[in-house]
Amino acid sequence: MGLDLRVIMEVQKTALYNYHKNLGAKFVPFAGYEMPIQYKDGIVKEHISTRTHAGFFDVSHMGQFFLEGDETLIESLEKIIPADLKNLKVNHSKYSFLLNNEGGIIDDLIITRTEKGFCIILNAACKENDIKQISQFLNKDHKYLLNNDLSLIALQGPKSVEILEKLIPGVANLKFMTGSNFEYEGEKLYVTRSGYTGEDGFEISISNTKVEKLIDYLISNEVKPIGLGARDTLRLEAGLCLYGHDLNEKINPIEANLKWAIAKKRKEVGGFNGWEKIKNLFVNGSEKIRVGIKPDGKVIARENTKIFSSDNNEIGFVTSGTFGPSVNAPVAMGYVKSEFSEVGTSIQLEVRGKKYGGKISELPFYKKSYVK
Amino acid sequence: MLNKGETNMSEKKFSKKHEWVSLDGDVATVGITKHATEMLGDIVFVEVPDAGKAVEKEGQAAVVESTKAASDVYSPISGEITEGNKAIADDPGSVNTDPEGASWFFKLKIKDKGEYDSLMSKDEYDKFCKENPS
Repeated sequence: MGLDLRVIMEVQKTALYNYHKNLGAKFVPFAGYEMPIQYKDGIVKEHISTRTHAGFFDVSHMGQFFLEGDETLIESLEKIIPADLKNLKVNHSKYSFLLNNEGGIIDDLIITRTEKGFCIILNAACKENDIKQISQFLNKDHKYLLNNDLSLIALQGPKSVEILEKLIPGVANLKFMTGSNFEYEGEKLYVTRSGYTGEDGFEISISNTKVEKLIDYLISNEVKPIGLGARDTLRLEAGLCLYGHDLNEKINPIEANLKWAIAKKRKEVGGFNGWEKIKNLFVNGSEKIRVGIKPDGKVIARENTKIFSSDNNEIGFVTSGTFGPSVNAPVAMGYVKSEFSEVGTSIQLEVRGKKYGGKISELPFYKKSYVK
Repeated sequence: MLNKGETNMSEKKFSKKHEWVSLDGDVATVGITKHATEMLGDIVFVEVPDAGKAVEKEGQAAVVESTKAASDVYSPISGEITEGNKAIADDPGSVNTDPEGASWFFKLKIKDKGEYDSLMSKDEYDKFCKENPS
């Protein structure tokens, strides 16, 4: 057995670190943090309990970046984010990205309009660079803060709404990709109806001092703790991208098959990083594109697996691949030359030097149940 | 006393790479240990070798994948494969439930019993795992 021994560098911990430990978490270094990869039940059980009941995820390693400013803040942010921020209503959220001059994705994110400005949820591994990139476009009247005093808890699964409504009345009225301030334990907290698993659920921004109490409540309602392992299988079944794997600075939103996330108005008018290139790709299409992949058998095509056409030409590579517990089969995503991207196209996957059959598949692999 | 269906297997020996071996005459049965399955987590793919394949001591012989990662399974002993356990390839999850019993990986005809003798006993292996947590 060749088991990896990882050298653990200096790592950060979330406010719930000891809590996870007491729950029997196995930790791995992730984006500079010591994070639970799984708990006692293991990845498959955690995955299934999220899909059938509810699970909670400590995603406090992600950046909660708050910006305040006047109308010029919108202009500034729209230079690097291709969402229609001007028409984004207060308490509404959008999935978007930070783009570089070439149209490459610096990070993918969720941006929410707040009373005074915006809140952006950033990937942990990217957050410091993201802030550098964003701040280049800000002026001295814009205030910003990466708030490390807040934890972020994702509550996901069909029972989430029933369970959270009992604790925080009113959350049931939230529609998908909207949020609101609520009161809990004498403090304000912010809840959005969102998530990254393909399930209905919430993300709860709560002070580090109150977060344990919230988790106590969730656990008393049989909400299971879910680690990064099941977070990965859940998001992959839902066809959602993981930055640093499915997305990076050399990939643009058209290639990533995320053009839906570029606001129609912004696409026409432009004025954001990489627009020239992206506008052109909108018309002509890209050379390669992100697709879903289903191996024919049980073989798992993991990241970097080479993809070949049925006549043995190399046509792409896998960027995420695992076993999907709800699909009960291996699933993957990757990039192929656009002419091979049609759903149903037969491909071959080279795993440990041997070629296995597979097909381009629709995304998501698992049907979502968001509340609209 | 032997239970019904069991053959006259020798005591299990263990490798530092977390495989177990038992011996019946000159045919060894190899699998991965319970400790290994606990480290791996949910097993979702297994590839076992075909009969006739020659394997070296500590050479790669099979593959096991969990939801987390792919790992090679090495043969703790050299010889020629006589059988791969197709049942675990069809039902990889069974390796989690009975790793040191029905969910063996492969059998092989060994060349040198000395290789078997030099492996760890159960007690030595348990001690090794305690001293080398990963």
